[in-house]
Amino acid sequence: MIKETIKLAIQAIFRNAMRSILTVLGIVIGVAAVITMMTVGQGSSDQVTADVEKLGTNVLIVIPGGGQMGPGNTSVAAAFELRDVDAIIDQLTSVRTAAPFNQTSLNAVYGQQDTRTSVVGTDGQYLEVVDWPIVLGRSFLATEESAGRAVCIVGETVRQNLFGNTDPIGETIRLKNVSCDIVGLLEAKGASSFGTDQDDVVLMPVKAFQRRVVGSSDVSMIYVAASDGVSTDRTLVDIEVLMRERRRIGDGEEDDFQVRDMKQLASMLTGVTNVLTGLLSSVAAVSLLVGGIGIMNIMLVSVTERTREIGIRLAVGATANQVLLQFLVEAIVLSMIGGVVGILFGLALAAVASNLMSIPFSPDPAIVVLALLFSAAVGVIFGFFPARRAARLNPIDALRHQ
Amino acid sequence: MTVDIPVIALINVTKTYGSGEAEVNAMDGVDLTVKAGEFVALMGPSGSGKSTAMNMIGCLDSPTSGDYLFNGVHVGSLDPDQRALLRRNYLGFVFQGFNLLPRTSALDNVELPLIYKGLSAAERRAQALDALEKVGLKGREHHDPSELSGGQQQRVAIARALVGSPEVILADEPTGNLDTKRSLEIMELLRALNETDGITIIMVTHEDEMAAFAHRVIWMVDGKVDRSGTPHSVLTPERQQA
Ligand SMILES: Nc1ncnc2c1ncn2[C@@H]1O[C@H](COP(=O)(O)OP(=O)(O)OP(=O)(O)O)[C@@H](O)[C@H]1O
Ligand SMILES: [Mg+2]
Repeated sequence: MIKETIKLAIQAIFRNAMRSILTVLGIVIGVAAVITMMTVGQGSSDQVTADVEKLGTNVLIVIPGGGQMGPGNTSVAAAFELRDVDAIIDQLTSVRTAAPFNQTSLNAVYGQQDTRTSVVGTDGQYLEVVDWPIVLGRSFLATEESAGRAVCIVGETVRQNLFGNTDPIGETIRLKNVSCDIVGLLEAKGASSFGTDQDDVVLMPVKAFQRRVVGSSDVSMIYVAASDGVSTDRTLVDIEVLMRERRRIGDGEEDDFQVRDMKQLASMLTGVTNVLTGLLSSVAAVSLLVGGIGIMNIMLVSVTERTREIGIRLAVGATANQVLLQFLVEAIVLSMIGGVVGILFGLALAAVASNLMSIPFSPDPAIVVLALLFSAAVGVIFGFFPARRAARLNPIDALRHQ
Repeated sequence: MTVDIPVIALINVTKTYGSGEAEVNAMDGVDLTVKAGEFVALMGPSGSGKSTAMNMIGCLDSPTSGDYLFNGVHVGSLDPDQRALLRRNYLGFVFQGFNLLPRTSALDNVELPLIYKGLSAAERRAQALDALEKVGLKGREHHDPSELSGGQQQRVAIARALVGSPEVILADEPTGNLDTKRSLEIMELLRALNETDGITIIMVTHEDEMAAFAHRVIWMVDGKVDRSGTPHSVLTPERQQA
């Protein structure tokens, strides 16, 4: 009998093709919207986590300036010096290595080619700290660093913009008025979670950068890698104590610099993406609701016709339960079709969106199931309950319904 | 088999619609019996309660008061499922307005009662084709009601009523929308079902010509049985009054 009922339900679905299509459409829209939004939200959140992990969870950055921003704290804190970097490396056992980091934006010129890029003054240790391999050529030599020679290591985007796919090693580019020999090419990293292109960069020895690009001996930021097996919390405290001493900050005085742990940054960013995901989810919930209302309308519009049909079936000898089972199966089959199509559609849409936004495609089975259940519930409630009411009528009252 | 138990016995049945000012006694103390194998025509002016009585007999509606015995069984004491079984196994109904499923072929419409009898698809198809042939619709099996004429729809409705081999067929104005020639064909069909298959037939009609096919005419007025007898005896005084 159940096989017969399923067959009947499928017949009814085809017989009322328009009604079925509209119902399925409502479910498809709801399910697809939820899955797309949630998957994209989850993907961007995963992307942030992955980025931070790539950056290294044992990485800390030291920047000048107090912790509290505000009107009471406007004095400009002194920048660091190269000696600070050396002191951090030499005096702290909890530090594996550290590197200075100065940055500015310049035009890089090669022949007729010209590209605006981010120029960073640092040293070979920076690549250690952020774990960034060189795929062609080499890093800076110690002699180049100490002499402040104008050599540079370029990122993949700069290579593409200036040289296309050809080998850039040994070529000379001009940055402002500095001619710079390319010695290395960095591995491609792709976009960061903020959408900035991390490969659009030129690294040069910090001394060359200070002397020939900015003309000052300041170091604006220090990248630090904690020693293996040492918690970043301990490293953070060590750096703080050392820097307070070096910058002669008295007891009870506020720090005029900050040590930031990448983990903190990670949780901050995750917080932002969570808010975003929440926002997307509410949009998705609205679509689900709209889809649900669509289904409800179609079901309610067809109540008269369905009530007549139920009257006819009762009149020829169906029991109320047989009629109900058929309508229930019909509602479930429609919801399933709509659900499956919606899932496929939603996943496809999410995959395309993830690809365009270059974030990972991370579907969440729980969301898929939830969206499916909700749509099925709407389909069943609005398909089934009017049918149940009709099946309990006297057949003649069901037949006379208008 | 106890021959003297009537198939259908309505005992002092009333059916009241609405309440207060708008109260209508569609049936007002109807006593009516039909014996197995009878062919009865239910007649009377419009609004006299014929359809109401048919719905009652067809177990599609329940009386406000009074008793209905089907083959001696007290229908009022049956639960809805048992009434469904009674309709399924003993009764075939031809509605005044056909009541066919829309967008559903003649064949599928006729198969409908057999689904609930639990017949296999092959058996259903065979019996439904048989019934459609009986009503002269061979070749029209796959047409939707919207593609059939009124008379053809009426015949699909009759095929649906007779397909389950019921004991009783209830036909509410089966020739109401047909010309005389078609009407007579339908009447011949009903007569054959009555005479050859021994099916008890109760039919509502407004036409004397059709009532003449019945063994007995029951004349209703204002929700009451006014008189009952052979077509000739019941219909003659009416004509004389006219
Ligand atoms: N569902 C209903 N609600 C209220 N009144 C009804 C209902 N059904 C029938 N009636 C009333 O009951 C009375 C009998 O109706 P019924 O349909 O039985 O008449 P009928 O003899 O079949 O008439 P016709 O020859 O026109 O088909 C009428 O006065 C009708 O208005
Ligand atoms: Mg009537």
